Amino acid sequence: MIRVVLPAHLRTLARVDGEIKLDIEGPVTQRSVLDALEARYPMLRGTIRDHVTLKRRAFIRFFACEQDLSNESPDTLLPDTIATGAEPFLIIGAMAGG
Amino acid sequence: MSTVRVLVGTRKGAFLLSSDGKRKRWDVSGPLFTGWEMYHLKGSPADPNRIYASQTSGWFGQIIQRSDDGGKTWHQPGTPPGETMTPEGTPKGESNKFVYEGEVGKHLWYDGTPHPWEFKRVWHLEPSLTDPDTVYAGVEDAALFRSTDGGQTWHELSALRSAKGNLWQPGAGGMCLHTIMQDPNHPERIFIAISAAGVFRTDDRGKTWRPMNRGLKSQYELPDPDAEVGHCVHRIAMHPSRPNVLFMQKHWDVMRSDDAGESWHEVSGNLPTDFGFPIDVHAHEPNTVYVIPIKSDSEHIPPDGKLRVYRSRTGGNEWEPLTKGLPQRDCYVNVLRDAMAVDSLDSCGVYFGTTGGQVYASANGGDSWTAIVHDLPAVLSVEVQTLR
Repeated sequence: MIRVVLPAHLRTLARVDGEIKLDIEGPVTQRSVLDALEARYPMLRGTIRDHVTLKRRAFIRFFACEQDLSNESPDTLLPDTIATGAEPFLIIGAMAGG
Repeated sequence: MSTVRVLVGTRKGAFLLSSDGKRKRWDVSGPLFTGWEMYHLKGSPADPNRIYASQTSGWFGQIIQRSDDGGKTWHQPGTPPGETMTPEGTPKGESNKFVYEGEVGKHLWYDGTPHPWEFKRVWHLEPSLTDPDTVYAGVEDAALFRSTDGGQTWHELSALRSAKGNLWQPGAGGMCLHTIMQDPNHPERIFIAISAAGVFRTDDRGKTWRPMNRGLKSQYELPDPDAEVGHCVHRIAMHPSRPNVLFMQKHWDVMRSDDAGESWHEVSGNLPTDFGFPIDVHAHEPNTVYVIPIKSDSEHIPPDGKLRVYRSRTGGNEWEPLTKGLPQRDCYVNVLRDAMAVDSLDSCGVYFGTTGGQVYASANGGDSWTAIVHDLPAVLSVEVQTLR
């Protein structure tokens, strides 16, 4: 079970409160987390990564375990503490945005 | 009794302002979509309960919102949580997907070099005159999209970018398609305007397009002042009873066409400055036109600190300042291109919003004005629905 924290605006769009919990089969990567997130909440497609290229939007950051993983390959395995749900995967609106 | 509903898009959310036909007392609701840039909201002429809204963010990109109950509730078309496909097999989550069709191509960048088209946001939503589920979207980088399923999916009318798109370039606000006008007498005819490319017209529902910029002169903006494309058109307007007559606020110059855009002539006349952004036409007097002069492209403030709407009752050239109720000292707000609209009550109402967060209304065709609200975020767009 993966825990995902969305920024406030995306929680509003997805109509959720608090953390989201996702079950992911197979390797836990940025890509598999975002695939599962967008499958459950299709209104978030295009808001975190581009619809077509699937590249992260410029003003979005991915934090986990006090690390900025934004520029890691989307297919790199996320830390075990994310994969086990001990720590949440944070989707952040960059300070430079808004 | 008739009522009016003013749809206001701002830098930090949307507001709905409602009044009865007297337009003296207003109910203000909002903010909706708090914190988001609301570039435009517009109701369907065929179903006034259907309202489309463009919601954008530097963080999260483009969202399309729709209301089917006059703005009481909103949703992203076709995207309920937990379902990835419609019963018909259409993928959900497509309502915010604007993808250029065919070869992306290049336009001119700010520095004059070729630059590939990149979608940024929807500037303007124009619902069909007859079908609530059909709506056009004018976007940045400039292109025209159409949805025929109530905003669930969007498809580009890509032939537009073949009309010398390689020579289009951004204005200061970006390369935006900001005006979409449907000809009520010829359903297959649509006019659009782009900053900075000019006016274009299709006579076959978007299959082919022609530049309609003959007569425009951009002496200090283009190397060839009479170029076929590249002009910084800020806004065009028409009266529905006379769709061959068009009015234009260009970067500089107020212009008029009497032949559906085939040619233009200047009607700036005695305006204190012919720079500005919005232009609109009285609901019942096709020859009565409104503009809001702004000092210059390098200053973007009202001349002399006085906020004045100018009205021509002669279709241009002869203009009178309308000042009653508007600040006549120390006023340095701007009025953006999509931020003026008229209602169609017997005594035509005129409305505009400012970058200072005021929305002014006149219930008597501009003779006098009152501020409905004073302190909204910067106003990006104003539309009015007349509800009978």
